[in-house]
Amino acid sequence: MSTRIRESRGQEMVLTAAVAIVIVLLSLLPMLRLIKEIVAPGGTLSTVAIKAGLASPATWIATWHTLVVGIGGTLLAVLSGTLVAVLVTLTDIRARSAMVLCYVMPLMIAPQVTALAWLQLFGPASPFLKLFGAAPPLGTRNPLYSTSGIILLLGVQYGPLVFLLVRAGLRKLPRELIEAARAGGAGWFTMLVTIVLPLMTPSIMAAAALAFVSCVGNFGIPAFLGIPANYLVLPTLIYQKLAGGGPAVLGETAFLSVLIGIIAMAGILAQEIMSRRRDYRISSTSLAAEPYELGRWRPAVQAGMWLLIIVVLFLPLFGLVLTSLVPGYGIALTAKTATFDNYRFVLFEHDAASRAFFNSFWLSIAAAFFAVLVAVPIGYLIAWGKQRWVRLLNLSVELPYALPGVVLAIASLLMFLRPIPLTGIQLYNTVWIILYAYLARFLVLALRPTISGYHQIDRALEEAAQVAGAGLFTRMRTIIFPLVAPAAIAGGLLIFMTALSELTVSALLWSSGSETIGVVMFSFEQGGDSNYAAAMSVITVAVTFVLMLVTNLLAPYLPTGVLPWRD
Amino acid sequence: MARLSLDNVTKSFANFDAVKDVSIDVADGEFLAVLGPSGCGKTTLLRLVAGFEKVTSGEIRIGSEVVSGKGGSVAPEKRRVGIVFQNYALWPHMTVAENIGYSLKVAKLDKAVARRKVEDALALVNLQGLGERRPANLSGGQRQRVALARCLVAAPSLVLFDEPLANLDVHLRASMEDEFASFHKRTGTTIVYITHDQAEAMALADRIAVMDGGRLAQLATPRELYHEPANEMVASFISQGILLPADVLSAEQAGHCKVRVLGTELIVRCRPGERPRAGAKICCRSADLDVSPDGPGFDGLVKRVIYQGGSARIEFTPSTSPDITLHFEQPDPVMLESGSRARLRIRSGWLIPAVGAAS
Ligand SMILES: Nc1ncnc2c1ncn2[C@@H]1O[C@H](COP(=O)(O)OP(=O)(O)OP(=O)(O)O)[C@@H](O)[C@H]1O
Ligand SMILES: [Mg+2]
Repeated sequence: MSTRIRESRGQEMVLTAAVAIVIVLLSLLPMLRLIKEIVAPGGTLSTVAIKAGLASPATWIATWHTLVVGIGGTLLAVLSGTLVAVLVTLTDIRARSAMVLCYVMPLMIAPQVTALAWLQLFGPASPFLKLFGAAPPLGTRNPLYSTSGIILLLGVQYGPLVFLLVRAGLRKLPRELIEAARAGGAGWFTMLVTIVLPLMTPSIMAAAALAFVSCVGNFGIPAFLGIPANYLVLPTLIYQKLAGGGPAVLGETAFLSVLIGIIAMAGILAQEIMSRRRDYRISSTSLAAEPYELGRWRPAVQAGMWLLIIVVLFLPLFGLVLTSLVPGYGIALTAKTATFDNYRFVLFEHDAASRAFFNSFWLSIAAAFFAVLVAVPIGYLIAWGKQRWVRLLNLSVELPYALPGVVLAIASLLMFLRPIPLTGIQLYNTVWIILYAYLARFLVLALRPTISGYHQIDRALEEAAQVAGAGLFTRMRTIIFPLVAPAAIAGGLLIFMTALSELTVSALLWSSGSETIGVVMFSFEQGGDSNYAAAMSVITVAVTFVLMLVTNLLAPYLPTGVLPWRD
Repeated sequence: MARLSLDNVTKSFANFDAVKDVSIDVADGEFLAVLGPSGCGKTTLLRLVAGFEKVTSGEIRIGSEVVSGKGGSVAPEKRRVGIVFQNYALWPHMTVAENIGYSLKVAKLDKAVARRKVEDALALVNLQGLGERRPANLSGGQRQRVALARCLVAAPSLVLFDEPLANLDVHLRASMEDEFASFHKRTGTTIVYITHDQAEAMALADRIAVMDGGRLAQLATPRELYHEPANEMVASFISQGILLPADVLSAEQAGHCKVRVLGTELIVRCRPGERPRAGAKICCRSADLDVSPDGPGFDGLVKRVIYQGGSARIEFTPSTSPDITLHFEQPDPVMLESGSRARLRIRSGWLIPAVGAAS
């Protein structure tokens, strides 16, 4: 190799190596560490951990519960998401963008906030029901503390996820496939059942798998709704074990977290098999179909849609705001009793709460910042790289996000329980372990938009710079980063919004001094201080709204589909 | 089998007229081709007839029934029209037989009867035995035949084709053309056939509607379209007609009149009632041009000689008007070279009617 060749290969090798290190550290290492704990705890092969886990009846009950709420929530999400997608995409319903925005909104709200909001709406202390004097007497059990309550909220939370995927599929459906059926004598509804829905099988299946993984891994909803009813699913079982037993039970929880991982993977596998059974490949592209005219049904369908949106979005948020203004449990809200004391308390007076705001903000900012920085080179290698093995990269970055958050949390605990070898740095019981988990888990949220950003850029722009004599790093800095920056930054903002009120990971990793917003909210709710929890929730939801508005400013420079709430 | 009539049909998208004031009468059993450059509104016209788009103004009748008009629009599934799309639009999740039998199933036809009809339709398009295949496992030509069978199985009164052969290779096109022609002869179905291939339109159609920018430019038989184009657009669009400025010198007599073109006088065909006028245009075909080294004619420069095997296409500019280019073919042995001078004669032509003259 001549020196000139070596020089030009050098920068690329450095880049590739750096990316490889980041990915090994953030996604491969934790997974391997977790697997090692199961098959070879303490360094020798043994089945003790597995046997102990399998022998415990609690494991089986929680697994059963996980499956029940997972499948129930998925079914509800698929039914509602698909129905809304069909109505919004294929009919001449009005105010489409507003509908999409409102319907997708619950996806941007943390599950525990959703849970809290709904609990506030229906409980005996509900300030909303009290407005009409319809609240059940104090002491009555909240109807949401039940299996069906959990299923309902999972369906509400993840219906929008299904909606987004099915809508994307419907938009790609060439209009001729629909029109050929109509010309063949099929009415709109017949056409829907015999042509559209079967052709949407791959989208619906993929959406179902995603919803299933999300439902199974969800912590916030079963924690708020299930723990009071002593209805434990695997994530909440892990939480309770760890909260009670500390590091001693880590091996046991490792087994449980792998169990969740296996259930989630089984869901994805089932989807693969179902989608392969028939040929659904649509080869042609064309315009989207003309919207079906609902005619005299239109007002009714629109009213139904808005009613749904009011029930799943506005009422719960309204209930949340009301609760945050009430001075104490069970007190009715009137002009006289309304107060901002709860806000003052969580922001300035309560130590852990104000610390949590500080922690969550800087954790989210750090995670977002790091992810944007790393997503640009990784995206470059994945989208434009010539090596085949790079595609494996993509898979390994997806893994920590695809698997339930509990899995990653346990893996992080295992990795950092002891000081890092050679350096002696201790991450366990500090805020840094949470940062590590956030980085690993959310990286993909910035990577996905960045990759689609790359696909939209004409590569000749980079090549022109190359011909002009710019090395790889110079090109990265001066050409590539400015071009993909909007997509990467939008991804960063999505990370910020997600991480800000994150609970699943931090619930297992927090320690005194490193509380996050989600954790403090959870402990307020568990201690019966719903008003404080509600005040914190309202603040995070408000921050999320504002950030969504800010992110919207980037919309003109973004590939479509990056901002889920934009139609 | 049914008549189709369009009365002053206009279709606007936002404030852009994709189809403007089009009136066409298609007789029962007629094969009408719609021809025009890309984006001229052919597909839109077809979708209006099928009922996938609503007319902005005007009226469409199939048989004696008004299907689109002021009073509303009959749903596509109630129109009994068959349609064959350029991209076939076969449903990938169904077998060939299921695709073809779809409309029968929707109509809740008896299963045994439906099966027999599907068999017949398969036989009609020479695809016996392929009923259980998936569309993905068929060749392009086979897919197009399945699409045809699917539209025919319900015995529609009117069949619409939207560039059905555009995705096929040249050889397959020729054989499918034959099949369409024989199918039309056998069934006598009314057909509206969209294409941008003139040869295809000429070979198949009883009449051709030429569209331009959303308007109907001319509706006539293929022969008339070629020999007597109604306007400049049709003249230059069909078979690359050559347009030349002319002054009409004499009034029409027995379908001919005298004109002056490029400084020479000649007799061209024309519409009845033409009178002397200036600033007219004639259309001539390359076959109407001759090299005449010392006869009457006009001089000019050979700009380019493109050898095409057996003959050459010559591009020629007359010395008197260098901005005009004429082209014609010269069989082997080709004597002209680019840059050389030559003398040309126009043997005959067609006087394009004045704008606004009734057609
Ligand atoms: N749904 C629509 N909305 C807006 N404009 C449209 C729509 N459909 C067609 N057009 C416009 O109407 C014009 C005519 O389109 P049409 O598809 O009928 O052309 P065409 O003659 O079939 O062209 P081609 O030969 O390329 O298929 C085009 O300029 C097209 O952009
Ligand atoms: Mg077209």
